[in-house]
Order: sequence, then C-alpha cells, then structure tokens
Amino acid sequence: MQIYMDNAATTPMSDAAVNAMLDCMKNNYGNPSSIHKTGQAARRAIEGSREAVARLIGADKKEVYFTSGGTEADNWAILAAAETGAKKGKKHIISTRFEHHAALHRLERLERQGFEISLLEVHSDGLVRPDELESAIREDTALVTVMYANNEIGTVQPIAELGAVCRSRGVVFHTDAVQAVGQVPIDVNAQNIDMLSLSAHKFHGPKGVGALYCRAGVPLPVFIEGGAQERGRRGGTENVPAIAGMAAALEEACRNMENKAKTVTAMRDRLIDAFAAVPHSRLNGHREKRLPGIASFCFEGVEGEAVLLMLDHAGISASSGSACTSGSLEPSHVLLALGLPHEIAHGSLRLSLSGYNTPEEIEKVIEVLPPIIGRLREISPVWEKIKNGGPN
Amino acid sequence: MYSETVMEHFSSPRNAGKIENADGVGEVGNAQCGDIMRMYLKIDDGVITDAKFNTFGCGAAIATSSMATEMIKGKTVDEALGLTNKAVMEALGGLPSAKMHCSVLAEEAVKAAIEDYLSKKEAV
Ligand SMILES: Cc1ncc(COP(=O)(O)O)c(C=O)c1O
Ligand SMILES: [Zn+2]
Repeated sequence: MQIYMDNAATTPMSDAAVNAMLDCMKNNYGNPSSIHKTGQAARRAIEGSREAVARLIGADKKEVYFTSGGTEADNWAILAAAETGAKKGKKHIISTRFEHHAALHRLERLERQGFEISLLEVHSDGLVRPDELESAIREDTALVTVMYANNEIGTVQPIAELGAVCRSRGVVFHTDAVQAVGQVPIDVNAQNIDMLSLSAHKFHGPKGVGALYCRAGVPLPVFIEGGAQERGRRGGTENVPAIAGMAAALEEACRNMENKAKTVTAMRDRLIDAFAAVPHSRLNGHREKRLPGIASFCFEGVEGEAVLLMLDHAGISASSGSACTSGSLEPSHVLLALGLPHEIAHGSLRLSLSGYNTPEEIEKVIEVLPPIIGRLREISPVWEKIKNGGPN
Repeated sequence: MYSETVMEHFSSPRNAGKIENADGVGEVGNAQCGDIMRMYLKIDDGVITDAKFNTFGCGAAIATSSMATEMIKGKTVDEALGLTNKAVMEALGGLPSAKMHCSVLAEEAVKAAIEDYLSKKEAV
C-alpha cells in the first residue's frame, strides 16, 4: 500500500463527505431553482451546507458563495476588488511574492491591464511583516491579498494583525485560506478578514468545489452571468452533491480540530527532527509558525524530482517544488522568495500530512529517505563539490 | 509520466560513477537550471572502451545519462559524435516534452567529453 504524504496537493475523502455526496446523488437530484418539492429538497441541502460553512469560519450564511474551488474563489475576490477599486481610481494592489499561482497569475494579468502590484517580502522564514504591509499601503490601494498559509512550505501568516492593519487603513483584505481551512481555527470577524477563499479537496472533501466568503458591505460584482444562483452573482445550476460533501467534510474537520492538530503536529515534528540530522539539509520556513501537516526540506546536492521518484518507488507519495517537474528551468517561486539560491531550491521535498497518516508511516519515511539522498549524492557532481569543501 | 524504460534506467542507472585518469571528461548544464551532467570516457585506439557519468538532476537527466553511456560504449569516437538526443529519447521509449532539454544535455555531455579527448590528443 502506498503511503500518502501529499495532502497539500489533495486529501483522501472522509467517509462523512462520501456519504453526504452519495445520499445527495441518489436521493436529492432536484434542481435547487425548481419550486416543486424535489427542487426544494435540493435547495435545503445547499442552504444547509452554506449555513454550516459560514458557521465554521465565523461568518453569516449570506456572506458565503459557492465556487468551483480555490482557484475560482481567488480570481473572483481579486477581480471584484480590482473592479470596485478602479471605479474610484484606486488601481494599486498589495500581495506577497509567494502566493499561489491562482492569485499571482491573476495579479500579473491585472498589472498588464494597468494596475500597479506591490509584492511584500516573505523573508527567509516565510513570514510577512505587518509593519511592512502598513508602509506599503497607499491612498490608491484597492486590495491587500495575503495567503493564510503557504501551500509549499506551510508557514502561517499573522492574519489577524495583517487584517487589523487593513481595517485601520480602510483597505479590503482578502486571504487565500485554501491550505488553512479545516486545519486551524478561523474566525473572519476576530481576524479582520473581508474576503476568504477555501477549497473542499484540501480538507477531505470533493475536488472542484470551494467557496468565497465576502463580508456584508464589501462590494462583490457579478462573476458569472447567468441565472439567479449565488444571489445572482455566479450563474449556473449548483453542484449539489459536491456542496453537500464539502459541508460534511468541513464539519468533520472542525470537530475535535485541536486534538487532531496535536497528533499531526507531533508527526510533523518527528520528521523535522529526524531530517535535521541529514548533513547539508534545511527546513524551509519558520520552525513553529506553520500548519500542523506541512514540512518542506532542501537537501543540497540532489534534485527534487529524483528524490520524489525514488520515494515513490519505495512506496511513498510526496511532492517537490523542483523545476524539472514543472517544465520550466526555474525552481519554485516560493523557495526563491525565501532567498534560497537556485541550486539549493532545486533540491526541495515537501511532505504534507493529514490525520489519516500514522506514526508507523512516519518511521518508514525516516528509514527510507536518508539512503535515497545518499544514493543520489553519490552520483552527483554538485555533491562532490560540496563534500570537498564548497560553500556550506 | 515516464516510460518503463526511463524508470528502469533511473532506478538502476548503468555506468554511474567515475573513471580515474579518463581520456576525456565533459561537464554540461549548471545548477541554476537544475541539471548537471559529467561524462567520463576511456578511449583506446579511437574506440570508447568505457563510459561513466555523474549527474545532478531529475529522473530524465539520470535516465538519459545512463542510456547515453550505454549507447556509446564500444563505438568509435566518430560514431559517438553522431549520437543525437533524439536517438537517446527513442531508446528510452520517449520522454515528456518538458523533459526534452534533459536529453539535449546528454548529447552535449558526450560531445564535450569527446572534445576534451581530442584537444588533449592534439596537445600531445
Ligand atoms: C494556497 C492555494 N490556493 C489555491 C489553490 C487552488 O485550489 P483549487 O485546487 O481548489 O482550485 C490551492 C491548491 O492547489 C492552494 O494550495
Ligand atoms: Zn531535467
């Protein structure tokens, strides 16, 4: 059986989510916009799900809009704030250098369309500084968008503080919380969040469904023209089973969250401590300010994809921010944003855990990974230079 | 993503290692772009009697290094100079298009090692 340690890419579905979806597909096939009883049963499933998702992030159900996932929610949030800002002559947006491509590529497009984009430094620890956000805000800033937790290295930003800065300056604050929702407690009011993106498949729900939270009073222009679904802002017959599955998954993830986080954190820390013993290796991002499940490492002298393939062969599914996996010669923009040189950034490995992993699986990885690094280093001309006293 | 042949050469690379006092050594690529290949050749009477490699790189880089060394062993220098990345890719049962550049490196590494050999020979 393959050991799955790529939960930041996607997670296995929980029984609760599967059952909710099956029930919906078998018994609740109506169109939620129909006024007959069959349709109204589907409507209740959707509105019940909306109520649950809202409650679990501290929002009101009128503030939650279902989408096709995290990518769509990010695009919608950014376009909404850009459109609203532009009407008032505000065409400046602040974000960070290591956002997900869903946000970064959208921002790059806006830049080509005449917006000015400022990207905050994330420093070597993978954390944004609230005072640097404060000084980046201008009269014409339309939006600040900072990811809650980074998908590659797992660092968790001081979201409440960043939100407070935006609140005090009257700027809309969006956070891509795709990696954080269901892993850490979130309260949009206490944390001063105006808009938030989430995606079901990162918390044991189905793929292709997510949500955008948008605070009442923050303008949210129509994203998809069509019917009256999602309060007229996103037309199209709802994906009822997926929405029900997402709500069930989030309920399950938030139940007993603290205990689950403790267990997962302990497994993560065991990995971090074990791999600290590998010479010329490093943990990427702040040691403590990170998600319970994500640990990212760089092993000097080896290339990430090669490590990944050998792990796969040994029965472990992991991931790498390596360039050669993505088809470009540049290593991951996240690792470069931390200030890592290219040759080190090429040797990255991400292990991302969930509550479904076991301590036995962790021990297995600790057993097989160091010999893999050793084998690859043995045939690596880069390692030969490091070993013979190159840069540390 | 990779063919069985690629995975086989990646998991058990042929000719990984070094040749002491090699007749030709060539290194191509750089750590910046993520793949470095160093090729060592033993050449007797214009025939490649041994070839070994050291590679820092992805699965395709290691597999193409392995295949390229296999393909040039026993060949004359002239024959080896005719080795193309296309031939290496074909022998591997194909590579994903994003991995083309890794096979180009293998061709270049062979050429660099042979050039090193020829320039040393001239100097003698
Ligand atoms: C931080 C972050 N944002 C956005 C996304 C995109 O979400 P989705 O796959 O639901 O479109 C992901 C996941 O790939 C992510 O990790
Ligand atoms: Zn490569």
